[in-house]
Formats: sequence, structure tokens, C-alpha cells
Amino acid sequence: MNTSDETTLLERFKSRISAGEKIEPKDWMPERYRKQLIRMISQHAHSEVVGMLPEGNWITRAPSLRRKISLLAKVQDEAGHGMYLYSAAETLGVDRRELIEQLLSGQAKYSHIFNYPTLNWADIGVIGWFVDGAAIVNQTMLAKCSYGPYSRANLRICKEENFHKRQGYEIVATMAAGTTEQREMVQDAVNRWWWPSLMMFGPSDNESPNSAELLRWKVKLHSNDELRQRFVDLTVPQAQAVNITLPDSELRYDKKTQHWNFGKINWEEFWNVVKGNGPCNRERMAARQKADNDGAWVREAAVAYTMKQRMNR
Amino acid sequence: MKNGSDHGTKNVLVEFLLRLGDDRLILGHRLSEWCGHAPILEEDIALANIALDLLGQASAILHLAGDVEGKNRTEDDLAYFREATQFKNLQLVEQPNGDFAFTIARLFFFSTFNNLLCDVLQKSSYETLAGIAAKGFKESSYHLRHSKEWMLRLGGGTEESHRRMQNAVNELWRFTGEMLVFDEVETELQRLNTIPDLSTIASQWSGAAAAVLTEATIIIPFRQKDSGQAGNHAVSGSRHGFHSEYLGHLLAEMQILARSYPDAKW
Repeated sequence: MNTSDETTLLERFKSRISAGEKIEPKDWMPERYRKQLIRMISQHAHSEVVGMLPEGNWITRAPSLRRKISLLAKVQDEAGHGMYLYSAAETLGVDRRELIEQLLSGQAKYSHIFNYPTLNWADIGVIGWFVDGAAIVNQTMLAKCSYGPYSRANLRICKEENFHKRQGYEIVATMAAGTTEQREMVQDAVNRWWWPSLMMFGPSDNESPNSAELLRWKVKLHSNDELRQRFVDLTVPQAQAVNITLPDSELRYDKKTQHWNFGKINWEEFWNVVKGNGPCNRERMAARQKADNDGAWVREAAVAYTMKQRMNR
Repeated sequence: MKNGSDHGTKNVLVEFLLRLGDDRLILGHRLSEWCGHAPILEEDIALANIALDLLGQASAILHLAGDVEGKNRTEDDLAYFREATQFKNLQLVEQPNGDFAFTIARLFFFSTFNNLLCDVLQKSSYETLAGIAAKGFKESSYHLRHSKEWMLRLGGGTEESHRRMQNAVNELWRFTGEMLVFDEVETELQRLNTIPDLSTIASQWSGAAAAVLTEATIIIPFRQKDSGQAGNHAVSGSRHGFHSEYLGHLLAEMQILARSYPDAKW
């Protein structure tokens, strides 16, 4: 392809983006767009899969059969989200195994939030409320993104995440209206998860290396700060409704802007966790590596069996 | 049974329901331990699915057991506030998961049994139980298909998978015998026409299990009376609360939160 062809294609691509059209797998796209999407979608997929671990930590200790069943179903949904997302990434010409190996080698990232521990049962409620709540704000935007398969995957994921968030908030509301110990558990979990949840939207846009490009291509439609503000505005009244205090003394409603102002985020902590020094980074990676190693002979057997079946046919 | 007025009848029925409920609760719990740690994502999903079915069945059956018992015990009271010796599940289902072959072989043995049992119980005159069994029959048909497919894949896959599957079957075999034995509890319920005759299940199970093991090129272990090998004796007593040491640890984990705050609602 010569340069003028490439320029024409790029112009057409840009005008399709600005007309709000969806880009589909077989359509021409700039290499950089493809790379950015693979990075984003695979990070998202890895986050779903690693995200199974902190919540999975409580499946065997859930305090009632109903809670056990709904938590297991939730963690199962996350595995399902991982699958749709790996499939969406595969439409861009990579395969799932390659992506998983990038996760296992530490080359690919996943959401920093899953490197925090779940220490009491209320963490399960608060994760549903905050972490799924934040994910919904982000994924509602991604459901409108310019890449067709990723947009559709997010649409499906959002439906399930809404259900998870309601479930989480219901756990919180039940415990907040419960015994003194239960209220203490909820407050403790809220104190630990609030700030890391705000960090989930990523650094401020002027410090986010990928933001401008992703916004231009309509992979993202809002800035990290806008999304974070939306999450705070949604969540503060929910905390008030169950009489739980968010751990930020600077939280104030601004009548003029109609937004909740909040305190400074500790980005040093965020980068530290991203770099691998969070409370559970080692444990999360070790758990994924162990599952992958222990499962290798099973995957080999499945392949070998299929080959034998084909030869016998 | 049309009503629970007769004391003796009520007791055997509660006993029978606890056996059914506890098997499903404990196996569901064990399978849920795989979630997030399975060999491939598809299997995280499938094992969780099966665990969810079993936990759903357990919940319905234990709820019914509490109703019939008439002492205001809920399914959660029964799951979270009984001691190991009060549990009536098979030792088969309480064994630790082992490797994937062990989990699959156990699931296959239990699902074959569960499917046959539910098929019979869905014809019970006791309608509530028949309804639960009808749902269990559909669900266990899927569990059976899924575990059977893996039996064949692992048995016929690689040398390693074959070896692991053979080991799993050898290890598990001694736990399968008591699954097929019905005692005075079931006999009494049959006599009262609460449940149909269960006497064909044992031979049907043996036939179905043998067929799949053969197709998977796995050698069928001998029953203890044939082998004479030490350590291979068939276990017994689970239905009366005699368990392996593993159950206590499983329950310690499962019950910790509910028991730490017995007055709390979750």
C-alpha cells in the first residue's frame, strides 16, 4: 500500500469515527488503534479474571446459602465477562493464549483494585457497590465506544454488573442496619475500598498517557476525571442512605456545579500498586500462575483427545 | 406421605431429606472451591454452574427438611449450625478436590447416582419432593454429560491424563459402595409409598459407570471383597454421621461467619 492510499483510508476512518459509526473487525483501521484496543480489551479481560480471586476468597465462608449462591454466581459471571472480552480481543488478530501469557509473565496489566485483600464479609458488599459501581460508570461509556465487538461486549457486561452492584449494595444495607459488629465491618470495608475505587478511573487526564488518543478515536467518550466525578456524585447519596461515612473529610456538595467535591487522591499509592507493590499483587499472580500450571496437563489432554478423535473419524 | 402427623414417619423423612440435602451441599461447596482456579475459563464457569445447581437443590431440600421436622429450623440453621457428626452426606463428596481428574471422577460417580436417584424420586407420591427431583433430574443430566465428556478426554488424552484418571478412580472407588446402599430409612419410606422403589439404582449405577470407564480405557477397580488389598476397604457409616476428618475442616470454614455472629442477619 502506498502512502496516498493509506492517507485516504485514514481519512475515511476518521470520518466514520466522527459520524459515530462502529468499526468492525474486517474494516480498515490504523495499526495504533488496533494496538490500543488490544491493550485495553485484554487489560479489561485480565481484570475480570484476576477479579475472581478477591471475591472468590469468601465463597466458602459466605454466611447463608442465599449469599453463597449469589456470590458464586457473581464470580462465575466475571469468568463469563473474561470470555466475552478475550473473544472481542481475538477479533483484532491476537489469540487468547497469547494474551494470557502476557498476563502471567507480568507484561500485561490488570486493574490495580484487585490487589487489595478482602478481609471481612462486608468487603463483598462494598466491592459490589464501589468496584462494580465504578466499573459500570466506565463500561456504560465503553458500551458506546467506536469498536463494535468491544462496544457489544460492554453492553452485555453492564447488564450483569448492574445486578452485581444491587446485590453488593443490598449486602451493605443489610449489614448497616444490623448489629454493632456488622456496622463496624461495613465501615471498615468502606474505609479501605473508597480511595482505591476512586483510583480505578486512572490518573488525571493530563497525566494519562493514552487518554487524548483514545478520546479522539472515540474509544473513550469521557475523560477519567469526568467519570470519577460521576461515580462520586452517584455514590455519596447512596452512602448517606445507609448512614455510612465515606473516609474523606473534604467531601462537600458544591451547589453551583452540582457536584460533590472530594479530597486529593494519593497517586503515589496507585502507581506503587500498579508497579506490583500492592498488598496482594504477588498472591494474585501466584494464584493465576498456579491455576495455569496445574491446568496444563488438562489442556494438553483435551487437545490430544480431540486430535485422536479426528484421526479416528 | 400426605402429612407429617405420624412421628416415626416424620423422622425417617427428615433423615432421608438430610441425606439428600447434605450430599448436594457438601459437593456444591467443594466444587465452588475451584472457582477462579480451574484449568481453563470455560471450566471455571462449568464447575461453578454445577456447584450452583447442587447448592440450589441443597437449599430447597434442607428447607423442606426443616419444614417437615417442624422445629422452626431453616435451611441455613441446618447448613450452618449442625456438627460434623450430624451431617448425613457421603464421605465421597467431602473428600478434598485433589487434582482435576479426581474432581471429575468424583463428579461423574456422584452425577451418575444423582441422575438415577432423581429419575426415580420425580415419580414420588410426595409432590414437593417429586418437584425438587424433577428439577434435579434435568440438572444432573447436564452434570453427567459434562463429567462423562471429561472422563473420556482425560482417560483417552495423554499418558499423564490417563494415569491421573486411573489414580483418581482407584482412590475414589472405596467411597462409591456406600452410595449404593439403602437402609431402613429408605425402606420405610418405600413401605409407606412416600418414595418409589430404589432397589434397581445400584445395578444401574454399576452398569453405567462401567460403560463409561471402559470407553475411557480406565480399568475398573475390584470391590474390596474381591481384591483383598489392605487400605482398599469400602467406607461406610456416612449416612449415620460417621465421616472422614476432612468434613470438620470444611464445616469450620463454611460455618465460621454464621456461627461467630449467630444473631446477625446477612
